[in-house]
Amino acid sequence: MVTVGVLALQGDVLEHLQLLEELGVRAKAVKRPRDLAGVEGLVIPGGESTTIGGLLIASGLVEPIRELAEKGVPILGTCAGAILLASRVKDRVVGETSQPLLGLMDIAVVRNAFGRQRESFIAELEVERVGRLKVAFIRAPAIAEAWGRSRITGYVDHPELGRVGAAAEQGNMIAVTFHPEITGERRLHQYFVERIKR
Amino acid sequence: MKLVDGYAYVERLKELIYELLEERDRRREEGLGIRQATPLVKLGFVSMFKGGVIMDVTNEKQAEIAEDAGAVGVMILDKLPYDVRMAGGVARTADANVIAAIANAVTIPISAKCRIGHREEARLLEELGVDLIDESEVLTPVDERSHINKWDFKTPFVNGARNLPEALRRIYEGAAMIRTKGEPGTGNVAEAVKHMKLVNRDIATLRGYYLAGDYEAIWVYAKENKVPYELALLTARLGRLPVVNFAAGGIATPADAALMMWLGSDGIFVGSGIFKSQDPEGRARAIVLATTHYDDPETVAEAQKMISEKASMMGIDIRTLKPEQLMQVRGE
Repeated sequence: MVTVGVLALQGDVLEHLQLLEELGVRAKAVKRPRDLAGVEGLVIPGGESTTIGGLLIASGLVEPIRELAEKGVPILGTCAGAILLASRVKDRVVGETSQPLLGLMDIAVVRNAFGRQRESFIAELEVERVGRLKVAFIRAPAIAEAWGRSRITGYVDHPELGRVGAAAEQGNMIAVTFHPEITGERRLHQYFVERIKR
Repeated sequence: MKLVDGYAYVERLKELIYELLEERDRRREEGLGIRQATPLVKLGFVSMFKGGVIMDVTNEKQAEIAEDAGAVGVMILDKLPYDVRMAGGVARTADANVIAAIANAVTIPISAKCRIGHREEARLLEELGVDLIDESEVLTPVDERSHINKWDFKTPFVNGARNLPEALRRIYEGAAMIRTKGEPGTGNVAEAVKHMKLVNRDIATLRGYYLAGDYEAIWVYAKENKVPYELALLTARLGRLPVVNFAAGGIATPADAALMMWLGSDGIFVGSGIFKSQDPEGRARAIVLATTHYDDPETVAEAQKMISEKASMMGIDIRTLKPEQLMQVRGE
């Protein structure tokens, strides 16, 4: 059976664990470097990216996760996870942030791109190779730019902001700015698990 | 049953209560591409706080310290609960200008308190863009009989509860999140422990009924405790509160936070504990660390070393408070 780790420092860890278990894989909470042993794929969940970033450093997980990525282990980042995977981040209101990042993907992300919580929403969007997904955008970031080895694979149509980058892929890594795990959407996790098995 | 199945249930519950099916169909016909402010959007947002610490702040500088320390959010007040207690008089929602300034200074979600039953303070907070509204017993209630109808807002609400029936009543009124009441501003975690254990005990009882197939007992529980049967049954099926549940009231040290996480809290509110201490920066970081690694004594010990007990807030023994000084009894 495939073992998928879920980074469990902060955020909606439980939703990812429960969804993965439903898909018939072994889901494992990762809080310490030793928890990464035997992990064949890693999910970085939603939560506060500044909090998770600080805790990644305090828990000694930055280098172990970078090594995992170099070895080609698939990594999926949702919302805060996508921010942590990005190499450039700024906030729509506050501007440039100096928050700690994993910086594994060639993408630039704008935090709180759609506004505050009252502007959060549920929408459907098409993601390449995955299909049409019904997902939640919660104080969501936007993928403003992808370069190098990275490519934007999904956009959401927003009534005010127009077409906004919401999913990107780079080799073994997937970043999405939304939450499939909150609406009970299974297809993205299925796609992720299939990639691990390949 | 998964937590998100519970969320979907609460979403349907709102439609049942408010007969919003017509409204939903109308919107679908209009072909609106996105849907905002549904119960799921609120519950999902609150879910992102899990495993984190929300810190009480009164100004921009404190909010920035909290963000740098790794808080998942800040709770904006005019006075810290300890100072509310000392000042007496009527405690109201925070200064609108302070809220606006903090909103522009930090990237993490901002919360603020309104008085129990004060619908217009809540409207004001929503208008200011506050991400989470706390209908709080720390402020002076304006309505002793009823709470705000929270289904009616775009912004998610958190409410305090001392036991499971109070929590379920607040969820029925539309609260997207629950916290223990504890006894605010005391620096004494005893009441939060008591309330968390009371909630856990009732959940275990309901879960037992459910596993035994004793739906009659769940019905009797609902009737005797004045809670809707549907929510009692949902709690029994989930084996936990159907919404995120944080601990609050008297948490002052990393060990306090770890204790509340061990008791099953989804996360921690720290009120006076940080900014009434002599070492707020280090203490804020230490409490964040201990909340995440509560199940690892080595890290909790490491966090505890980051603070000095000599710098902790003095605290108040609850037994020295007069009955009229207790905040937890406000709004049942």
